[in-house]
Amino acid sequence: MSPDPDELVEATEPPPEPMLEVRGLAKSFGDTAVLRSVDLDLLPGRVVCLIGPSGSGKTTVLRSLNGLETPDGGTLRAPLTGLEVDFSEPLTNATRNRVRDLSAMVFQQHNLFPHLTVLENVTEGPLRVQGRPRAEVEEEAHALLDRVGLHGKSGAFPAELSGGQQQRVGIVRALALRPQLLLFDEPTSSLDPELVGEVLSVMKGLADDGWTMVVVTHELAFARDVADDVLFLDGGVVLERGAPADIFTAPREERTRRFLDRLMRPF
Amino acid sequence: MDWDLVLSSLGPLAVGAITGTIPLALASFAIGIVIALLAALARLSPRWWLSGIARFYISVIRGTPLIVQLYVIFFGLPSIDVIIDPWPSAIIALSLNVGGYAAEVIRAAILSIPRGQWEAAYMIGMPRWLALRRIILPQAARVSVPPLSNTFISLVKDTALCSLILVTEMFRIAQQIAAFSNEFLLLYVEAAVLYWVICLVLSAGQDRLERRLERHVA
Repeated sequence: MSPDPDELVEATEPPPEPMLEVRGLAKSFGDTAVLRSVDLDLLPGRVVCLIGPSGSGKTTVLRSLNGLETPDGGTLRAPLTGLEVDFSEPLTNATRNRVRDLSAMVFQQHNLFPHLTVLENVTEGPLRVQGRPRAEVEEEAHALLDRVGLHGKSGAFPAELSGGQQQRVGIVRALALRPQLLLFDEPTSSLDPELVGEVLSVMKGLADDGWTMVVVTHELAFARDVADDVLFLDGGVVLERGAPADIFTAPREERTRRFLDRLMRPF
Repeated sequence: MDWDLVLSSLGPLAVGAITGTIPLALASFAIGIVIALLAALARLSPRWWLSGIARFYISVIRGTPLIVQLYVIFFGLPSIDVIIDPWPSAIIALSLNVGGYAAEVIRAAILSIPRGQWEAAYMIGMPRWLALRRIILPQAARVSVPPLSNTFISLVKDTALCSLILVTEMFRIAQQIAAFSNEFLLLYVEAAVLYWVICLVLSAGQDRLERRLERHVA
């Protein structure tokens, strides 16, 4: 369970060391500034949801955290591993790998490897990249697959699974890497509506287990129930941030309010 | 129609196919695919000089007739004291030829793999080469099978050109028997039928291979 911030204040303990501290993240594609200046603090065990209209930069933030995009400005600090990155300087491969090692990502289109079985999809990273022993890796993979309701599917190929099952394999693939934090890039956006629930409930279970998560999503109900912090991005900046109760019931910014209205009353 | 000649020539022609045409095609294809893979990767390299060399090689191979390539190696190179026997000459020329055509097939296959596959491979911590070897190339191989099968079938027929540089393969034997017996139409049609049969067998094999490979891919 993630600690309640109010309790910490009452106990007058020092705030916990952030797992990740991002300042002034900026990224342009050609002349288009996708991220202007994004700050993001991630405390251990907390769930942060990024919401906002398409093109607001929320996916780019997530991809930057996994080294899939190279920001051209800003800094990233991960105090627990002593990692400090200044994106205004050229990013070496070694640094990119250290950033990437912090997190594992679940993609919108699952991006499972179609030529590998479910088990191989999950164990490929731990075996081939991390070099961990096969017996241990496979045992852990089976346990994780059982946990997300995929018992008996380890020998199946991704194409033989439903969309919801595929995405749950995607989640297990991320967990098997034993990352410090989990990144979700609109994990339910390309699913049939009746399959969304099974994926969201797995994610809620992970949040309850104390995983640190950053979730880009349009599922407002999920953000309201699971997130500790909600960041509303628009035009490459964080326009508003706060507890979900505040953002969803009393948004301060007009644009946040209009965006939420559109999502809740599409027509 | 001289059926006795048809039957008596069938043996030597079959020997020509088994000891000439088929090994020539297999050896050239095996070497050619290795060349093609290297050329395709070079062509995709961000290093301009590497992709430039590959681009030049592919352009020259695809822009010149195979018969000219054979002649340059077998009849041309001796002028600068590089003398290569018929068989190695044939294998060099055919391999380089296959390499040029198959390089473009393999390059296209690699490019056809969705970007998300690269990203997922990077996400699980793979460096570029490991991602290529474990994730991208196995999928690209499947995509390449139909066009590469076509390349192989073309190659089997192209080996007939090697009769012109004195390689004893099926068509050269047909020419020899034809000249000896004066039955040109009969021998050349017989050779044509045998090439056709070989290609029918290969096409059937191609169908089976494609069906096998498509099992798990939606």
